[in-house]
Amino acid sequence: MTLLGDQFRPGTFPDALRFIWHNAGFLLARTGEHLELSFAALGIALLLSLPLGLWLGHRHRGLFLAVSVSNVGRALPSLVLIAVGLTILGVGFWNNTAALVVLAVPPILTNAYFGVDGVDRDVVEAARGMGLSELQVLLRVELPLGLPLVIAGIRIAAIFVIATATIAAVAGGGGLGEVIVNQASYGLAGVVGASLCVSALAFLTALLLTLLLRAFSRRPDPIS
Amino acid sequence: MIGVLASGGTVIPNFGQGSSCEVNNGWFCSEWVRAHWSDTLQPALLQHVELAAIAIAIGFVLASALAFAGFRFRLLDPPIGVFADFLYTIPSLALFQLLVPFTGVNETTVEIALVSYTLLILYRNMLEGLRSVPPDALEAARGSGFTRLQTLVRVELPLALPAVIAGLRIATVSTISIATVAAFVIPKGLGQPIFTALQQDVFKTEILTAGGLTVALALCADGLLVLAQRALTPWTRVGRAA
Repeated sequence: MTLLGDQFRPGTFPDALRFIWHNAGFLLARTGEHLELSFAALGIALLLSLPLGLWLGHRHRGLFLAVSVSNVGRALPSLVLIAVGLTILGVGFWNNTAALVVLAVPPILTNAYFGVDGVDRDVVEAARGMGLSELQVLLRVELPLGLPLVIAGIRIAAIFVIATATIAAVAGGGGLGEVIVNQASYGLAGVVGASLCVSALAFLTALLLTLLLRAFSRRPDPIS
Repeated sequence: MIGVLASGGTVIPNFGQGSSCEVNNGWFCSEWVRAHWSDTLQPALLQHVELAAIAIAIGFVLASALAFAGFRFRLLDPPIGVFADFLYTIPSLALFQLLVPFTGVNETTVEIALVSYTLLILYRNMLEGLRSVPPDALEAARGSGFTRLQTLVRVELPLALPAVIAGLRIATVSTISIATVAAFVIPKGLGQPIFTALQQDVFKTEILTAGGLTVALALCADGLLVLAQRALTPWTRVGRAA
């Protein structure tokens, strides 16, 4: 077992759980900061990219934009975004929010585009034939049918945002990352404890969105 | 210079004796880049390539094995998919730290974390590629007297290749991106100069140069994989050329 070298310290996990137990209030406050930053970023990203992605998908235009935004977005490392945000906006809430928004926009925009763009054209034509306006077609036909893909994009964005909000601690972002990057103050038990907390937070968020996804991808009753 | 030290940094800036443009900390100081290319940037770039290449290679082998298992035995697909998805949701910084008690502060820790992020996308794309092989092609292979192994190697794998490479492109670009976070654990890769610059009063030139190199590396790797796909799957271009 050379993999588990002399640094193998399984006792860290009980210590970490003890740290969580004894510092529950402190960790809850950090979790609150973490959620505040994540929600702000995700909310702004949704406002910016969801209407644009849906509308472009509805018009079947901007394929190039949708594809290249997601390619470029993936190539932008989160640490680089945080650091560059820091050089432009200085330390604080908004530089981190801005970096997280940049990270969250591509998956939401691209999935919204492909979700709506991929809806069966015959169905859309039928809806137009019934006299629905373009906005009604989008909101009542294309959006419900494309919703699973739209939610999948939001899920990816949420995972990115929570993960990167952790890294934002290097730029004064607060949150659970503040404990993780500060082993000098909190010890390895604190670092591992906070890591467990942020992993649980990310996992629960992903799970919630997966359940939402399942609920909306269930096919409607054939009888109705 | 005095201001930098007085502002409470415990780290002594490595641009201390530098020219005025380094001390002024403007957007880009080409003198600094020239002076520190060989002792800071180039080693970091090479380490970054190494970190990412090892992770992608191991991830590719692991994901292939899992994809074949999931393809051959459908029952295995849901648990593998859920597990890979679970690994993907863990924030990178947290996963690095959670591995430290087991594997220590070293490259093994970093590679395990990087590999675990490649699995989801590689597995999904490989499986999708294998499953998208048209039944007609399989029928034709059977009619030509191909064995199961021959069908896999000569029909299914080549037809799955575009999906596999599409997955490889995404995995490669994300691994290069996530590898910057490795600098929180070990002083390696392009995250390291960014980290140093953050601790040294946000030295902009170093952040922008190292960040730019990371993005450029990701885009170059992506471009190489596109070229590889064109070379390996010439039949996918026939339709467009005609």
